[in-house]
Amino acid sequence: MTIDTKYTEEHEWLRVEDDLIVVGITEHAATQLGDIVFIELPEEGTVVSKDDEVVVIESVKAASDILAPLDGEIMEVNEVLVNEPSKINDDPMGEAWFFKMKIEDMSALNDYMDEAAYNKHIG
Amino acid sequence: MADNQRTPLYDFHVAQGAKMVPFAGYDMPVQYPLGVMKEHLHTRAAAGLFDVSHMGQVILAGPDVAEALEALVPVSVIGIEAGRQRYGIFTNQDGGILDDLMIANTGENLFLVVNAACKVDDIAHLRAHLPDTITVTEITDRALLALQGPSAQTALERIVPEVSDMRFMDSRAFDVDGSQWWISRSGYTGEDGFEISLPAGEAVDLAERLVAMEEVEPIGLGARDSLRLEAGLCLYGHDIDTTTSPVEGNIAWAIQKVRRNGGARAGGFPGAQRILAELDSKPTRIRVGLLPEGRAPMREGVVLFESETAQTPIGTVTSGGFGPTVGAPVAMGYVPTRFAAEGTALWGEVRGKRLPLHVAPLPFHPANYKR
Repeated sequence: MTIDTKYTEEHEWLRVEDDLIVVGITEHAATQLGDIVFIELPEEGTVVSKDDEVVVIESVKAASDILAPLDGEIMEVNEVLVNEPSKINDDPMGEAWFFKMKIEDMSALNDYMDEAAYNKHIG
Repeated sequence: MADNQRTPLYDFHVAQGAKMVPFAGYDMPVQYPLGVMKEHLHTRAAAGLFDVSHMGQVILAGPDVAEALEALVPVSVIGIEAGRQRYGIFTNQDGGILDDLMIANTGENLFLVVNAACKVDDIAHLRAHLPDTITVTEITDRALLALQGPSAQTALERIVPEVSDMRFMDSRAFDVDGSQWWISRSGYTGEDGFEISLPAGEAVDLAERLVAMEEVEPIGLGARDSLRLEAGLCLYGHDIDTTTSPVEGNIAWAIQKVRRNGGARAGGFPGAQRILAELDSKPTRIRVGLLPEGRAPMREGVVLFESETAQTPIGTVTSGGFGPTVGAPVAMGYVPTRFAAEGTALWGEVRGKRLPLHVAPLPFHPANYKR
């Protein structure tokens, strides 16, 4: 089964990679936040519940929380971003993923928007 | 938004793609498509154009006007020569700060520039306390633009060639095609630059001519704030207010010797008793520069502690954020005087965690004024 990239209302994208879900923020979110200067990532191995605050990012303007999109376990974080947070503005949908998580039930992804629905959401 | 006022440059900002936000009762550009970081760096590298038309422009006129104003500010106004300007502060009876301002001596009268958020109160204060022989006129038919950065002179002298003769804190009137432009060599970025007061109807033309130049980009309030923070300059209502004295605010340099104890015109301004005493001894707390050691910005409101575990806060960050030229977070805040020495290690609480920082000299980025 292949699942296309999914989007949350909080402007995160979710992508399936092997048995993990890769999570980052959308181009729209990165543009709205402005120049990102700081990111705090969770510890690998952290068990999270949906809507837990797992990541803090700060732009030149303000701090924002990124919520866990689903229940699961953080398996890997993108440490490169800690020293180069500007990568999030450069390539938010690609290289600047935030973390990879393991979830119990992949079908939970279907509750989220596809690209067409997300584009409509951001108008 | 509908209730906000607009400066003469509103349509210019929108045409330049600015993101407009409410600020001090005006719709103002917070950033342009370049973004805060690049706008900041561009200003330090070349030149940035700022709309500061929301600020209050006031003319004081009448006999002995300089002497009269000295009753409201701890500054030597009499000592401002014609064609010069000086930074000043309005103090209250408790020695707190009502506003900070620029005072220029035009040769005929005094030209003041005050903060947008305070201008109504400032004008009422002036009218209430200056003698009836002094007229207080708010100038509402002029725009105010700031052009800041190492290329500011190169850009502005294409339009007003004589500005190249000005030095830091000069303030002069120029006849430009039959109208009066009041230009000072000053600003709020730590860079060389100019502030230009001109008839409102001429502002768009000047802004368009300037941004058409390769050196000049329009700059929003976001970068204005990070530029002044790196320059160690106070933002009224944040770093200084009615609860902070000028000595606590570390702007005692604005109080010339002649207004201090032992000076020919010592005191005679609101709050003099407290302020003069603090100049002679030491205030209990003082505004200092603060450098977070990690990458996390420490913004206004971050509480400061003397150790990682101490229970009692010792102070608060009053301005803070990421300094694009410094390449790291920078902040300012108040600490007890015994913690004010350069290098003093402190802790700031960010999202419930204590993070290390230390007291650092101001400014974070050296000033580049043409003295």
